Amino acid sequence: MKKFFIPLGIFLVLVAFLAIGLKRNPQEIPSPLLGKPAPLFSLNTLDAGGVKFGPQNMKGKVWMLNVWATWCVACRDEHPLLVALSKANQLPIVGLNYKEVQAQDAPAGRQLTPEEKLRIARERSAVWLQRLGDPYAVSVFDLDGRVGIDYGVYGVPETYIIDKEGVIRFKTVGAVTLETLQSQILPLLQKLNAS
Amino acid sequence: MIVEIGHFALILAAFVALVQGVLPLAGTMNGHQRWQALARPAAIVQFLLIAFSYGVLTNAAVTDDFSVKYIAEHSNSLLPVQYKVASVWGGHEGSLLMWVLMLSGWTLAVALFSRTLPLAMVARVIAVLGFVSVGFLSFILITSSPFERLLPAALDGRDLNPLLQDPGLVIHPPMLYMGYVGFSVAFAFAISALLSGRMDAAWARWSRPWTVVAWIFMTAGIALGSWWAYYELGWGGWWFWDPVENASLMPWLFGTALIHALMVTDKRGGFKAWSVLLAIGAFSLCLLGTFLVRSGVLTSVHAFASDPKRGVFILIFLALVVGISLTLFAWRAPKATLGGKIALVSRESMLLANSVLLVVATGAVLLGTIYPLIIDAMNLGKLSVGAPYFNAVFVPLMVPIVFLMVPGGIAHWRESRGKELGRQMRWPALAAVLAAAVILIFSERGTWLTAMGMALAAWVVVGLLVQIVARVQKPGRIPLSFWGMHLAHLGIAVVVVGITLVKGYEIERDVRMGLNDTVSIENYSFELVGLNEVNGPNYKAMRATVNVTKDQKPLEVLYPEKRRYFSSAMPMTEAAIDAGPLRDLYVSLGEAIEGDKPQWSVRVYYKPFVSWLWYGAILMVLGGLLAVSDRRYRKSALSAAS
Repeated sequence: MKKFFIPLGIFLVLVAFLAIGLKRNPQEIPSPLLGKPAPLFSLNTLDAGGVKFGPQNMKGKVWMLNVWATWCVACRDEHPLLVALSKANQLPIVGLNYKEVQAQDAPAGRQLTPEEKLRIARERSAVWLQRLGDPYAVSVFDLDGRVGIDYGVYGVPETYIIDKEGVIRFKTVGAVTLETLQSQILPLLQKLNAS
Repeated sequence: MIVEIGHFALILAAFVALVQGVLPLAGTMNGHQRWQALARPAAIVQFLLIAFSYGVLTNAAVTDDFSVKYIAEHSNSLLPVQYKVASVWGGHEGSLLMWVLMLSGWTLAVALFSRTLPLAMVARVIAVLGFVSVGFLSFILITSSPFERLLPAALDGRDLNPLLQDPGLVIHPPMLYMGYVGFSVAFAFAISALLSGRMDAAWARWSRPWTVVAWIFMTAGIALGSWWAYYELGWGGWWFWDPVENASLMPWLFGTALIHALMVTDKRGGFKAWSVLLAIGAFSLCLLGTFLVRSGVLTSVHAFASDPKRGVFILIFLALVVGISLTLFAWRAPKATLGGKIALVSRESMLLANSVLLVVATGAVLLGTIYPLIIDAMNLGKLSVGAPYFNAVFVPLMVPIVFLMVPGGIAHWRESRGKELGRQMRWPALAAVLAAAVILIFSERGTWLTAMGMALAAWVVVGLLVQIVARVQKPGRIPLSFWGMHLAHLGIAVVVVGITLVKGYEIERDVRMGLNDTVSIENYSFELVGLNEVNGPNYKAMRATVNVTKDQKPLEVLYPEKRRYFSSAMPMTEAAIDAGPLRDLYVSLGEAIEGDKPQWSVRVYYKPFVSWLWYGAILMVLGGLLAVSDRRYRKSALSAAS
């Protein structure tokens, strides 16, 4: 009675696909920006007296762009890993603080001015980074989220690796895990640094 | 210290579960009555141990013990106490603990309410449940212990996900888990029938009430989830075809098919292998759902922290349970005797068609759910399958299923005469044609789809009236299960009306509103008259005041909110709904829009008959309850055992 084996057969095929699926990561969304030059920007940094910063300042270096915000829970998860990475001096990490100040932060009936927003964002990030450690070589503020749109940010956190020529080589959505770091980011880094 | 004792109790429970699995089963093979008799006490001890362990975790949540990592991650000292209790199932580890608690609870119920069953049968069923429990307990103990300590203890917890801080959602997961886990009982009965090699009508009769109870919980759980999504997510949608929703819909569809197939096995001795296969399938889909949700292979709105290690574990468990079951099926099922021949026009043939359609519909949902995964596995790229696929495939499959509810109920067992059947169906048919005509002729926005939906609903309602009238005219007491079946079928008709009218006539406006702006939909108008900040126990909110008028007469004041919880800073939408039996008015507050004059994006929806979706679900649940409270089950279990 071969027909009684049909359910088992269907199930085995299903299991095979599920097993392969386990090795994949649905969060690695292929970005149309992969292999394209990183969009340029010029944003205020954490240092109130400092000059503006953009990808153009990183020419000739392999670097990481980490999109974060103090309100993002998953950012807290990945943060220790980033701190460890920065301590190991593997590559400069640029923190792009994304939409730190949200509409609800405004007092009722009044909008915050861009200057006020920047001040609040600086204060909050400074406290956060002081408490949890500061892995960032430079921290910049994308208050209105325009740079985020250029980069196609789906959700916070997101992480990009950009090579010496300013081309995006890697992107991951969601918290960076030790596994992604070891299996993908570090090998890529070696390759990019060698070239 | 008490937390460690809770952990220890769980480890003990795993060993007890192992004993509960191995010894009674061995007893049925070598004929040792004493080994078989171990099943019941083992089930009781296992339940007590797990309940203790669950109580310990709940206690840690209520007393704000943030030295427990799980509590620190899912609770907060400011959280109202009912949500502290709920935070126990607010995350992966705790919800699994709740899962095994329910599994042991169902096992306990089998142990207690099976006095009339032969000992060997009980021993097998409890043993199978014991093995399932071993799998889940070791999953918790190895990969997902909720009892891990956090040293040094956190000052305060990270808080329960604000989306979950809602009365509807507090009971949604327990209901759904009761359903998921409940299908394990039907599964255990089926495996036990395969093991004994006796796939007679008796096992079908015994598993029927258990299956219906599991189905009731599942129906309630799905409906609650849909209701919650409707008023909490702020989009006014009630079903998103999200992988996790699909994970609950698939076993529900299979369970529905199983309930109907078991009826044939019980009454006519047919469909034996088919019923067994459906029982295995329903539980397998529950396990598959667990895998899809917890392993992170698919992205979903129900984001559980995903961990590949967990995925591997569940996949191995799934492969073992389902692989062994289906092998057993392939080996033993051919021995099942076939029931009597099925005539083309008979209740059996309709029920067969119905369950095949339900299985096909499940297959379609499964395909859509894992299609992204398959495409990715074959290196063809990444994609997601959205609502258009599901609507296009699912709706055409549901139409014949709903259609068959009428002839299936009217037709006789064994064989029905086509002519007679046709005569009884003329009133339902007339009602269907009338309903469709009304929509097409009198409704401006009426489409063929709307007409078909209303025709189906009228067909079912008048169809069941015809059946009730025919039954009442016949002599004899009408069993409760008869009313139960018709109530549940009426529930389906009510859901069909809800879906049809909401899809056909809803009006959605996404607008920008400043103070004193007005939006009109039909004869309702909505005026934004105020925006205030309000403080909740653990959040701050911007609350809008919206005056609703109907035909210029004041009707209602709605207060949609945008909440910001202290712990996560993720803004949450609290829609304000003026619900009614014929229509809901739905207002939700979006983002603030910067400009010279402050404006807010506001969603204003008019949803006709949307509440009928949940009324229908309530009717289905009530129908199920009536069916299981039928005296027949208790009596026939007695007579079958003797």
